[in-house]
Amino acid sequence: MKALEVSHIYKTYNDITALKDVSFNVAEGELFGLIGPDGAGKTSLIRIIITLLLADSGEIHLLGKDVVKEYKYLRSRIGYMPGRFSLYSDLTVLENLNFFATVFGTSIEANYNLIKNIYSQIEMFKDRKAGDLSGGMKQKLGLSCALIHKPEVLFLDEPTTGVDAVSRKEFWEMLQELKQKGITIIVSTPYMDEAEMCDRVALLQKGEIMSIDTPQNIINEFSEELIEIKTPDLYEVKEKLRLEFGKNSAFMFGQSIHFSTSSKSKSKELLNEFFEENNFNIESVNIIEPNIEDCFIKLMTKDS
Amino acid sequence: MVDKYQNSIIKVRGLTKRFGKFTAVDNLNFDVSQSEIFGFLGANGAGKTTAIKILCGLSSPSEGNAEVAGFDVYKQTENIKKNIGYMSQSFSLYEDMTIVENIRFYGGIYGMPLTLLKERTNHMLNRLKMTEYANKLIKEIPLGWKQKLAFSVATLHRPKIVFLDEPTGGVDPITRRQFWDLIYEAIDIGITVFVTTHYMDEAEYCHRVSIMVDGKIAALDTPDNLKQQYNAKSMNEVFLQLARKK
Amino acid sequence: MKQLLAFLRKEFLHIFRDYRTMIILFGMPIAQLLIFGFVISNEIRDANIAILDYSKDYQTQKIKEKILSSGYFILTVDLKAENEIDAVLKAGKAKLVLVFEHDFARKLEKTGKAELQIIADASDPNSAEILSNYTRAIVNNYMIGINNGLTTKTVVFTEPRMQFNPGLKSVFMFVPGTMALILLLISAMMTSITIAREKEMGTMEVLLISPLRPTQIIIGKVVPYFLLSFINAIVILALGFFVFGLPMRGNLLLLISESMLFILMSLSLGILISTVSKNQQVAMFISMFALLLPTMLLSGFIFPIENMPLALQYLSYLMPPRFFIVIIKNIMLKGTGIMFVWKETLIILGFTIVFLIASVRKFKQRLE
Repeated sequence: MKALEVSHIYKTYNDITALKDVSFNVAEGELFGLIGPDGAGKTSLIRIIITLLLADSGEIHLLGKDVVKEYKYLRSRIGYMPGRFSLYSDLTVLENLNFFATVFGTSIEANYNLIKNIYSQIEMFKDRKAGDLSGGMKQKLGLSCALIHKPEVLFLDEPTTGVDAVSRKEFWEMLQELKQKGITIIVSTPYMDEAEMCDRVALLQKGEIMSIDTPQNIINEFSEELIEIKTPDLYEVKEKLRLEFGKNSAFMFGQSIHFSTSSKSKSKELLNEFFEENNFNIESVNIIEPNIEDCFIKLMTKDS
Repeated sequence: MVDKYQNSIIKVRGLTKRFGKFTAVDNLNFDVSQSEIFGFLGANGAGKTTAIKILCGLSSPSEGNAEVAGFDVYKQTENIKKNIGYMSQSFSLYEDMTIVENIRFYGGIYGMPLTLLKERTNHMLNRLKMTEYANKLIKEIPLGWKQKLAFSVATLHRPKIVFLDEPTGGVDPITRRQFWDLIYEAIDIGITVFVTTHYMDEAEYCHRVSIMVDGKIAALDTPDNLKQQYNAKSMNEVFLQLARKK
Repeated sequence: MKQLLAFLRKEFLHIFRDYRTMIILFGMPIAQLLIFGFVISNEIRDANIAILDYSKDYQTQKIKEKILSSGYFILTVDLKAENEIDAVLKAGKAKLVLVFEHDFARKLEKTGKAELQIIADASDPNSAEILSNYTRAIVNNYMIGINNGLTTKTVVFTEPRMQFNPGLKSVFMFVPGTMALILLLISAMMTSITIAREKEMGTMEVLLISPLRPTQIIIGKVVPYFLLSFINAIVILALGFFVFGLPMRGNLLLLISESMLFILMSLSLGILISTVSKNQQVAMFISMFALLLPTMLLSGFIFPIENMPLALQYLSYLMPPRFFIVIIKNIMLKGTGIMFVWKETLIILGFTIVFLIASVRKFKQRLE
């Protein structure tokens, strides 16, 4: 059974299109990523799915139920962690958790098993006010509160924004654990490098889905080669490459240039020829593996 | 003592800052040379913010010395402030003012002469291809534009050093690369760029990267060298190895 | 029920942890009442007056003594002729001029009537009215004294004497007004801000997604502030009674029930405000401008409704505090029962129901 079926969702806010013909499915027990920059429509999409917003048109079935008609049934089965820290910062860790447990008609003890691994990491601070926690700890508390009623499907809106790399890593490990327990997870993030942590991802840009697949497939479909060029004259070489191959063909990356072009024939050899013609001082030219960000750029520039 | 970094624009020697018994910044030593993009990384609470506050002249160290743009962080903080620029993701431009009004305002803060300000405004809007939108309100322009504009405004008075705090979080990848283009252009005219960020892929764009762990600098080198040294594929892996050792 | 209790517990935790708001909540009414009370009575105490006495007999002498020894007035100029009156008032040397007619004592003896003219500086209508009322009250008291209970001799003024507040203490006017203002402001502002805060912090999203029903959220928000406002009402009444000597002529229980009704009305208004405000700032703004100013200006708290232009008089019917002030004055000062205030009570009840229905309807199941 599909945990989530989204078909042809449109949403506009005063003439601004937030979502345009968005369709995708998420299987039960899947860890699904919505990847896109700020303003791509991730938050609107999640809010529509979890019954907080109404779409202009289109249909969504969550756990087999229509999200518009059966929102009451769905609301108690959804776990949701909004983008901003949305717990009560003047209440303690334990008071927050207790509150959300009671509001969802359950108790901490009843579902302690599910949150044990996460909550035990902050339990020693249970009498501290939530507002005084560090970013990583706030996140763990937020996740505990979202899980306390044992939801069947968990929605996380940009959970890793503003969190340091160590806490981010730990967070993704926690999600993997939850996945093992059979919870379907839908997570949004603006950080392309987090795509590889998901089973499947949808790449969102300006309210439209550009691609849906496993991260590895998306990278495999990156039809062109990505080439790393090292040279002492970075700036000059970059400019020349752009003149010759288009403005999105070359970008600076610290001490090197990343180069790619859509036409297959412009291979590494051709590039070498170009450098010789122009008499550039080139240290090395290597084919490297593209990442999701490279693919994202490729998909963004496909139409133009 | 002979200093091999005669040309450094930032010199830090034994810099320490204590809050009561807690040592937030513990004996930092490093140099940043002119026209370098220097990445300053560290987990939350590693002491990054404290160190940057000292370097921007907002706070005095407990011990050690530091010079920023040739000025002492104890006594010449006003001079330091005149010679640096700052941009963060959270605070940049006034949403209810137009592009030109924002530029004028920042130029005014740094006491730029009107003719120079006009000339640089025109040049900058031209470069960003925003000339025809000069009278648009900031809240009406896309996020990516704001970021690029914010950076250009922060370097409008040609500071010697510009401090960037997570400059490209959340923007789309193309805008992000265009943003880094602007940074590379800035270093081309002699500006030094000091970047702090949580996002290790931003570190890949830097010339050299330092990683702070528990108030100390645990590693400092080029991204390539660091990756080699820690046998890692990405800066993220390097960072995790270092930060998780504790 | 368990969910509602959890919600209430949370609300009280918010309130008790935010001690600054608590100080404002309980400090504001006390400060405001004391300031209004004392400032107003001081102003009256030092009023300058001038007297033009054509008669200069034993009666006018006694009346003058009574007036000047009352502590409210200071005689600055003793006038000789009518044409001086204008100049004295214009120069601000007196706020009030008393004119005793010729043969005052003789006319009073013979016809039982003598005329005392009061000319007030009406550029400050409130003080003018209060001062002339004071004068009348003093003179009337004096007349009651010399008549020994018989109404044979009277000093004639053009208007009837003031009822129920013979001392015309202005603080009696201000206690009911302040009470209405503060209960309305605190109840409405606090509830609207606390709901708007949940929206601003993003916690409202989580609450909406939870099985909590809108009515539960509304009750959870209303109950704590109902209790706080009620304590406030008691404090204000106690201050009026013990510090300013306000009489409590009517039924205390009735007064307390009416106050509770008014608080409930204010709370429902607060919820209604919160449903249309996106954040705390907007909620605060609406509460301040839509509640504070109109209440001050239109409810009869500061400016008498009878003196307003007709359009504003009609507008004042939309101000719930207007009715509450009438109720308090009736119960406390006149000592009347529900029979005399049932109309006003029904009107406030009507406001409450309208606000409550509108809030529950407008309270969104979803975000916008």
